[in-house]
Amino acid sequence: MMNTIKPNYTRALDLKHGRVDMTHGSGGRAMAQLIDELFVAAFDNELLRQMNDQARFPAPQGHMVMSTDSHVVSPLFFPGGDIGCLSVHGTINDVAMSGAQPLYLSTSFILEEGFPLADLKRIVESMARAAREAGVPIVTGDTKVVEQGKGDGVFITTTGVGVVPEGVNISGERARPGDRILVSGMLGDHGVAVMSLRENLTFHTSIKSDSAALHGLVAAMVAAVPDIHVLRDPTRGGLATTLNEIARQSAVGMLLHENKLPVREEVRAACEFLGLDPLYVANEGKLAAICAPEDAERLLQAMRAHPLGRDAAIIGEAIEDPHHFVQMETSFGGKRVVDWLTGEQLPRIC
Amino acid sequence: MRYIDEFRDGALAKKIAANIAREANAHRSYHLMEFCGGHTHAISRYGITDLLPANIRMIHGPGCPVCVLPAGRVGNAIQLAQTPGLILCCYGDMLRVPAANGMSLLKAKAQGADVRIVYSSADAVKIAQENPERQVVFHGIGFETTTPPTAVAIRKAQALGLANFSVFCNHVLTPSAISHILQSPEIRQLGVVALDGFIGPAHVSTVIGSRPYEYFAEEFQKPVVIAGFEPLDVMQAILMLVRQLNEGRAEVENEFSRAVTRDGNIKAQQLVAEVFELRRSFEWRGLGLIPYSALRIKAAYASFDAERCFDIPPLSIPDNRACQCGAILRGMKHPQDCELFGTVCTPASPVGSCMVSSEGACAAYYSYGRFRKVA
Repeated sequence: MMNTIKPNYTRALDLKHGRVDMTHGSGGRAMAQLIDELFVAAFDNELLRQMNDQARFPAPQGHMVMSTDSHVVSPLFFPGGDIGCLSVHGTINDVAMSGAQPLYLSTSFILEEGFPLADLKRIVESMARAAREAGVPIVTGDTKVVEQGKGDGVFITTTGVGVVPEGVNISGERARPGDRILVSGMLGDHGVAVMSLRENLTFHTSIKSDSAALHGLVAAMVAAVPDIHVLRDPTRGGLATTLNEIARQSAVGMLLHENKLPVREEVRAACEFLGLDPLYVANEGKLAAICAPEDAERLLQAMRAHPLGRDAAIIGEAIEDPHHFVQMETSFGGKRVVDWLTGEQLPRIC
Repeated sequence: MRYIDEFRDGALAKKIAANIAREANAHRSYHLMEFCGGHTHAISRYGITDLLPANIRMIHGPGCPVCVLPAGRVGNAIQLAQTPGLILCCYGDMLRVPAANGMSLLKAKAQGADVRIVYSSADAVKIAQENPERQVVFHGIGFETTTPPTAVAIRKAQALGLANFSVFCNHVLTPSAISHILQSPEIRQLGVVALDGFIGPAHVSTVIGSRPYEYFAEEFQKPVVIAGFEPLDVMQAILMLVRQLNEGRAEVENEFSRAVTRDGNIKAQQLVAEVFELRRSFEWRGLGLIPYSALRIKAAYASFDAERCFDIPPLSIPDNRACQCGAILRGMKHPQDCELFGTVCTPASPVGSCMVSSEGACAAYYSYGRFRKVA
């Protein structure tokens, strides 16, 4: 009789109907298969192909930056993106907010037992696409599996390193009274897109998440104005939270002009009926920049010349204020404090 | 946004502000109470105080349903939420309201209670349908605006034959709270607190109409102007109140005529009357017991009344002794007169009712206006 045994045969992962099980995190053959057939196949690059527990690369000159971010979003897929591209963009942006050119990413997955492999494939491919488009490879990673009920499908942590160009010193404590405050575009898109799908809140909207990697925009900005004082991406907690953080760090106050804030009509409408304030709604592809007044116009033009900064605007200025309040001149003609967010932003009853 | 931006027009606001400044008598002061949290929110958010002359003072009233719910009732809701297998559904801003010992529904949730935020009472009914093996309690709070939807939910649950749905009813009434404030000795007899007129509720009045306020205007000789929640509505209402006071009138006027009629929404009123009846007395946080100021579920709907279905002992938890909420709600004190304000009592860890929700007088002042105090 002929021997039909194929000594090295492994049945391919069922990426259509299969589900994550505990063996995918056990360190054995199933885990190796998941890594080979899914992660390495999607993220493929020279450093990853070394197949070591670490990625080895030459050290660049000058200052390096490093940042890490965990991603836990519900729902996992939303208009304009998913947790995959979000986890790549988020960390690239955190690295880029120092003015750095991001070089490499690492990623770590916590998967819940029972999570559909088809969804995981979609997420991983979205990450791979985002990393490729950004030109920042994912060079090392890790996977763990937790029992059903102990996770929320998938959690993704990414870490990034980058190198800061010579002479660039961007930091949250550098805002000075008189400095101008700029934002790169429409506020609140991501938060509204995600909220529109929350299970108890479904509403129809044409708004898409603004999830995007901002290092290209930052490079253009730094080229135009090397002495940008502060850069930060207003993600969770929105622009209001970001500016309060900077005000405290720099020990300044801020004065915003409500009629200068770029907010899409649809986002304003959604916030209006949900009782939310767009200033506190999350963004994933926007940045706030602070620079000396004489640099502001040049910086604005550089931002507007980039596709991700087309709707950029100068929205206010840093002022002297011993209490470090962020205030806003309302379009209505009054003034108010734009405070830290307390707890989660919750809809009002009446 | 059409139909919204028109009511937030800064240029028009300046014109009304100029009229107010011209017409307000410099030799007197105007103490005006906006009853509703919605107005308090608008005043803070749009910085309306900046557009008013110094002799017009806005007093933030008790019209925030979250703020006036006494700690004992919040404690009851927490007990309910901690009942094994029970799902408690509530509106979002109820979650952080403190009860005794710093407990809140949010903390109960963190400890394992199944507390779910809903955006309408209908969502709670849906949750009951989806979980037939579990008891689902809807934490009904609010003034006349949120009461009809609760009535609808009870009627719907009855029509669906749901045996696992009930309502923990905490609905309260606007007119009785206004009377209570006007009858307080400081205002009525002693005259130590000036309260010259009211901005009447917007959404509440769409339901109850303008007729219930006629009594206050007549009995207490205080003008009432019902106003919408947009900032221009509030400005216009202030101008109308100034005019009434200057002319010695005390009438009910309706600035919010695009939504409020004299009789209100009869259908909603009938629904409420069908399902609810008056409570003899109800405790308000900061104001104490107020007779006939709240609703309970009628006996005909007893099986949907959480107070009949579950063991809910009456809990009375006194407010912190240093807390000035009661005086602030009656216009006798400013938030910054309270020694707890901004120190141990902040929006992140509220002690008193006025700090609880963003519509509360202290929270609104803390979040939107505290730079005035220190400037």
